[in-house]
Amino acid sequence: MSVEVRLPTLLRAAANGSSRVVVEGDTVGEVLKSLEQAHPSLSGQVLTEDGTLHRFVNVYVDDDDVRYLDGLDTKVLDDSVVSILPAVAGGA
Amino acid sequence: MNGPGVVISTALIDEMVAHCLASYPEEGCGLLVGPPDGSAVTRCVPTGNVAASAKLYTVDPRAHLRAERDAEEKGLAVVGVFHSHTHTDPYPSPTDVVQAPDPSWHYVLVSLRHELASVRSYRIVGGAIAEEPIFEAARLESD
Repeated sequence: MSVEVRLPTLLRAAANGSSRVVVEGDTVGEVLKSLEQAHPSLSGQVLTEDGTLHRFVNVYVDDDDVRYLDGLDTKVLDDSVVSILPAVAGGA
Repeated sequence: MNGPGVVISTALIDEMVAHCLASYPEEGCGLLVGPPDGSAVTRCVPTGNVAASAKLYTVDPRAHLRAERDAEEKGLAVVGVFHSHTHTDPYPSPTDVVQAPDPSWHYVLVSLRHELASVRSYRIVGGAIAEEPIFEAARLESD
C-alpha cells in the first residue's frame, strides 16, 4: 500500500522540511519502518530501538489512535492517512 | 523566532481558567492555537484529561488530532498547551519538563492554589525553563 504520513512540526526538519511523506507498507509498523528508511534522521524518534512505539508519540490511522486499534499491527489501506503527533502530557 | 512573549486575549485566559476550574479536582488541560510563528494565541481548545488525575494530565489524543487538523485548515497551528496545577504554583514541574514535546511551544500554567487563579507562560527548551511575558490583549481577532 502507498500511504500518506503526516508529520508534526517537530519532526519535519528530519524529513527535509516535509509535512507529508508518502511511503509503502501494509501495517502501521511497516509504514513507520519505511518512513525511517526514507528519512534516517527520524530513526529513534517514532519507534524505539526495540521496534515499539515511542511512549511520547501518538500515531493515528485516519481518526483513530493505533493504541486503541492493533498497535503497530494495525492494517492500512491505500487511501489511509497515518498521522504522527507528540503525546502532550505532564503533571504537577 | 519572535521576541520572547506571547499575546493572549483576556477572554482566552478566562476560558482557560474556566476550563481548569470545571475540571477541578482533576487537572484541566487543552491546546493553544495561533499563527504558525507562535507570536499569539488566538484560540484555546479545552480537551479532556485522559489521565483523569489531580497530579497528571494527558491531552486526549483524538482531540489533539482534531485540533491539529482544524488549525491547519485555517492556516494556523497548535502553538502550545495549557494545564492546571491544582495545589501548586504556576511553574513547570519536573514531569512537565521531561514530557514537554516541542521547544517552540508556549507552556501555559494555571494555578488554582489560591482563590484567585494565577496564569503564567513558559518556554521549555532542552530541559531549561524560561518564563515569558503574556501580553494580555483586550480583544484579538479570532478565527
